[in-house]
Amino acid sequence: MSEKKPALWLRIFSFLVYAYIYFPILILIIFSFNTQKINVRWEGFTLKWYQVLFNDTNVILATRNTLMIAFVSTLVATVIGTMAALALQRYRFPGYTLTESILYIPVIIPEVVMGISLLAFFALFNFQLGLVTITLSHIAFNIPFVALVVRARLHGFDKSIEEASMDLGANELVTFWRVTLPTIMPGVLSGAMLAFTLSLDDYVITYFTAGPGSTTLPLRVFSMVRFAVTPEVNALSTIWVLTVFVILLVSQIMQRRQA
Amino acid sequence: MVADATQIKRKFSLLRLFRESTVAQGMALISPTTIYLLLFMILPMILVAVLSFMARGTYGNVIYSFNFQNYTRLVDPIYLRILLYSMGVGLATMLFTVLIGYPLAYFIARSPVRQRSLYLFLILLPFWTNFIIRIYAWIMILRTEGLLNTFLLNLGLIKIPLDILYTPTAVLIGMVYEFLPFMVLPLYTSLEKIENAQLEAAADLGARPWRAFLRITLPLSIPGMIAGSILVFIPAMGMFVVPDLMGGAKTVLVGNVIRNQFLTSRDWPFGAAGSVFLLILTLVFTLYYTRKAGFGEELLV
Repeated sequence: MSEKKPALWLRIFSFLVYAYIYFPILILIIFSFNTQKINVRWEGFTLKWYQVLFNDTNVILATRNTLMIAFVSTLVATVIGTMAALALQRYRFPGYTLTESILYIPVIIPEVVMGISLLAFFALFNFQLGLVTITLSHIAFNIPFVALVVRARLHGFDKSIEEASMDLGANELVTFWRVTLPTIMPGVLSGAMLAFTLSLDDYVITYFTAGPGSTTLPLRVFSMVRFAVTPEVNALSTIWVLTVFVILLVSQIMQRRQA
Repeated sequence: MVADATQIKRKFSLLRLFRESTVAQGMALISPTTIYLLLFMILPMILVAVLSFMARGTYGNVIYSFNFQNYTRLVDPIYLRILLYSMGVGLATMLFTVLIGYPLAYFIARSPVRQRSLYLFLILLPFWTNFIIRIYAWIMILRTEGLLNTFLLNLGLIKIPLDILYTPTAVLIGMVYEFLPFMVLPLYTSLEKIENAQLEAAADLGARPWRAFLRITLPLSIPGMIAGSILVFIPAMGMFVVPDLMGGAKTVLVGNVIRNQFLTSRDWPFGAAGSVFLLILTLVFTLYYTRKAGFGEELLV
């Protein structure tokens, strides 16, 4: 569709939608600095809640668990998913269409279904629920997302540069490391970033596959939120939101530069 | 020595075979994915399907006796009502995300190319943060002593605070907020693809902008709308976190029922039957979509 200046009402409407998207988050951040504990009215500025947060051992433990799960599942899913993307983009093999459609399963099915399936599976095979089962589950839903994202980025890949590399005497391995991988790296990185944030964000599947002692940050936030509205939750949310914003902005800028 | 030589020779010929066979290379690259997903996604789902034909023992254990009871229980009036109610919530979420998302997607598709990715990025940005945090933000706004009530009371628009939180309305507000991007992105993808020539042709033939919109833009954006609807409707029915946090005990969706069967009532076979129902629904919708629109990239974003 061409760029034709959008009508005024459309621009106003869109502005309002953006306001609707960002307003709750803004409120969340502002009220993390509120002195009032029940957090109803603005009373005064304080950093007290951040201090409370940094001394909350449950939160610290949950953060450690979350980051560990996210790092491991991202790493594994990125490697496996990128391989799948290369396979689907460049090769034809038996079971191609079937594999392709399996990749869409976690995109479409309700998370609760995947959560209880994994729970039933782990129960049947006597897996001890905990960090390991959470990580295994995160890898499972992350592989397809990585594969789909990387594959979409492989679309415009110019195969002739690989051929040129081989003609100049490089073998497959050298060609892959020196030519292919650097070229597809932006795609791989955005796949990895998606996997990382999906893992950080996941509540439902983690909820079903977690055991005692493996509380993650989303599980922790859930129980805090259920209990009461306190500025400590706001402080935690603020840190989380700002961290994600910074990571995304940096990666966006990096991608712009490369493009 | 002789054995070594033949071994080396065989190794080389295998390697050569592998180098020359693209099928083998493709299989080697895809097999980790296939194996992993078969083990940790397909097998668990098959397990649940099998489980749905079993029965619950007295202590919440699973008894291996083949029966259809769990499925007949699904159409029991209590559960049928929940089912219909969930569909209602799913449809309402879908409707509101279309009403809000369509103009927005249209606006982005019409904006200068260089700004489009920024606008899309701005839609996605908050959704990369945790979704429980986003629900929490709405709880702060909607609760009895929350910001909305404070604001309306101060303005004198209302005399007593509105009870919005812990009602179906609150659940709907939360759902629409959560699922909006899943509607906007596929809609944008299909709107963006529309050729300008078609719209110009319509204008040349004397069609008013509105008529051109109704006859060209809208029909061509239907695939995006269907893709968005699948991505919103089915996950909304299975959602149990928003009803838990924003609906109090009043709003129970299919997702809540499944969760409860697995974690509180410990009737796994019945919970499994509920999951199979959601799975079949997903399958039917997706097949319908792929038949109608072809497997579009709309579902991907």
